[in-house]
Amino acid sequence: MTVLSVSNLRKSYGAVTAVDGLSFQIARGEIVGLLGPNGAGKTTIINMLLGVLEPTAGSIRIDGRNLATDRGAALMRTNFAAVYAPLPGNLTVAQNLRFFGMLYGVRGLKARIDALLAEFDLTRFRDTRCGVLSSGEQTRVSVAKAMLNEPTLLLLDEPTASLDPATAQDIRAMIRTFVAAGRSGVLWTSHNMYEVEDVCDRVLFLARGQVLLDGNPRTLPHEHGKASLEELFITVAREPLSLER
Amino acid sequence: MTLQPRRTLAIALRQGYLIRGSVARLLPMFGWVAVDIVLWGFITRYLNTVTSPGFSFVPVLLGAVLMWDFFTRVMQGVTMAFFEDVWSRNFLNIFASPLSIPEYLAGLVLSSIATSAIGLTVMLLLATFVFGLSLIAYGASLAPFIMVLFVFGIALGIVGCALVLRLGPSAEWFVWPIPSMLSPFVGVFYPLSTLPSWMQVVARGLPPSYVFEGMRAIVLGGHASAHALAFGGALSVLYVFGACLLFARVYRQAVRTGLIARYSAESLS
Repeated sequence: MTVLSVSNLRKSYGAVTAVDGLSFQIARGEIVGLLGPNGAGKTTIINMLLGVLEPTAGSIRIDGRNLATDRGAALMRTNFAAVYAPLPGNLTVAQNLRFFGMLYGVRGLKARIDALLAEFDLTRFRDTRCGVLSSGEQTRVSVAKAMLNEPTLLLLDEPTASLDPATAQDIRAMIRTFVAAGRSGVLWTSHNMYEVEDVCDRVLFLARGQVLLDGNPRTLPHEHGKASLEELFITVAREPLSLER
Repeated sequence: MTLQPRRTLAIALRQGYLIRGSVARLLPMFGWVAVDIVLWGFITRYLNTVTSPGFSFVPVLLGAVLMWDFFTRVMQGVTMAFFEDVWSRNFLNIFASPLSIPEYLAGLVLSSIATSAIGLTVMLLLATFVFGLSLIAYGASLAPFIMVLFVFGIALGIVGCALVLRLGPSAEWFVWPIPSMLSPFVGVFYPLSTLPSWMQVVARGLPPSYVFEGMRAIVLGGHASAHALAFGGALSVLYVFGACLLFARVYRQAVRTGLIARYSAESLS
C-alpha cells in the first residue's frame, strides 16, 4: 500500500528548473532516503510535499489524497521535522505540543503528549521554553511534534544533524520502531551516509532535480563500482554524468 | 471546506500562552490605553475649566479617545498574533499543518477579541470612575458604533498581516502607523465639515467617519443617522471581505514563489 505517490513533479523558477519531472513512491513500512548534494532539490521536494510550495506541474498523493485538491485531509496524514524549522522558542515543550496537536486534530491529546514526552525523554522539560533547550533537546521536541498525529507520511529533513551520536542512534531507533508498526512511510534526507545505510530501506539519489539512482543503500554502491555509499554520493555530486542511466 | 473550530482555538490559545508568560506582552494590552485615558482625562478636565460652563468635553473628547484606542487595539490584536509567527519564524510549521487560511484568520480575530476586550474594559473603568465618563448611560445604542469600529479594525489588521507576509518582517513598520495616518481623515476629534473637500471624500470611504460623526451628534444632544451608520457598517464588512481576499491572494503567491518556506530570509523585501 502506497503512502506517497509523486508523479512527474516539476518546479521551475523562471528559467531555472529546481525539480524536473520527478516520480517516486513510498510504501507503508518503508524508509526512503532522499540524497543529493546541496542544491539538488531535496528541500524543494519536501516543501512541495508539505504544501508550502506549489509545483509547476505534476501531482502528489498522500495516502490516496491529492495534495492540490484535498490539502487538509492530505496534511492531516503528514508531519515533518526539519533542522531549519524549530518550534517556537517562546512556548514551553508542553505548550508547543498542545498547540500543534490541536492543529493536527489529535484525539486524546493530553495522553498522547504524556506518552511522547516519556518516549523522547522530555518529561523533565515539559514546562521549559523550547528556546532555552540545547539543540539536541530541541530536535527531540521537533521529532516528538512530528509524531503527534501518528502520520502516515513522515518527512524528516536532516533530523539528526545537531545530535550527538548516542542521541542520534536513539532517535533512529524510535523512528524505526514507529515505522515497524507498518502504518507509516518515511522520507528521510541526510548527509550522514552511515545513518542512511543504517536506517533506509531504499535511497533516491538526486542530481539536477531528477532521480539519478534508486535502490538499496547497502547494495547500490557495489552495483556502480563504488566501495561505499559515501563514495557513490561524492560521484553523484561531482560527476553525475558518469552514472546516468 | 469545513472550518475546524479547534484549530482556530489553537491560534488563540497560543496567544494566551504567550501573553500569560510575558509582562512585555501583557502590559501593552492595557498600559498604553490607560496612559491615553489619563492624559486625555486631565486635558478634558482642564478644558472644562476654561470654557463656558454647562458644556462638558468629557464625552466629546474622552469618549472619542476611548473609541479610537479601542479601534487601534482591535487592529493590533490581529497583527500582534500574526507577528508572533513572524518573530518566531513559525510559518513553515504553521502552514505545513492542516490549518486553512480561514481558520488561521479566524484564530487571529479570536485573539484580537480577547485582547481588545481587556483594553476596552480597562479604559471604561478608568474613564468612568476617574473622569466621570458615563458611556454606560448610552446603553445598547453604543453597540453599533463599537461593532463598526471592531469590524473595520479587524479588516485593517488583516491588511497589515498581508502587507508583512508580502513584503517581509521589516514591513511591520508600515503597519504600526496605519491608525495614526487614518485619524485625521475620520474626524475623531472634529466634525468632518472641518476638513477640506478632498479629505472629506476620503473620509466618506472610511467607516470610522460615520461612527465619530454619529457619536458626536448623540453626545451633543442630537440623533445619529441610522442610515449613515448602517452604511458605515456595510462598508466595514466589505473591507473585511476585501482584506481576507487580499491575504488569501498574498498567501497563494507566497506558496507559488516559495516565500513561505524561506520567509525569514526576507528574500522579496
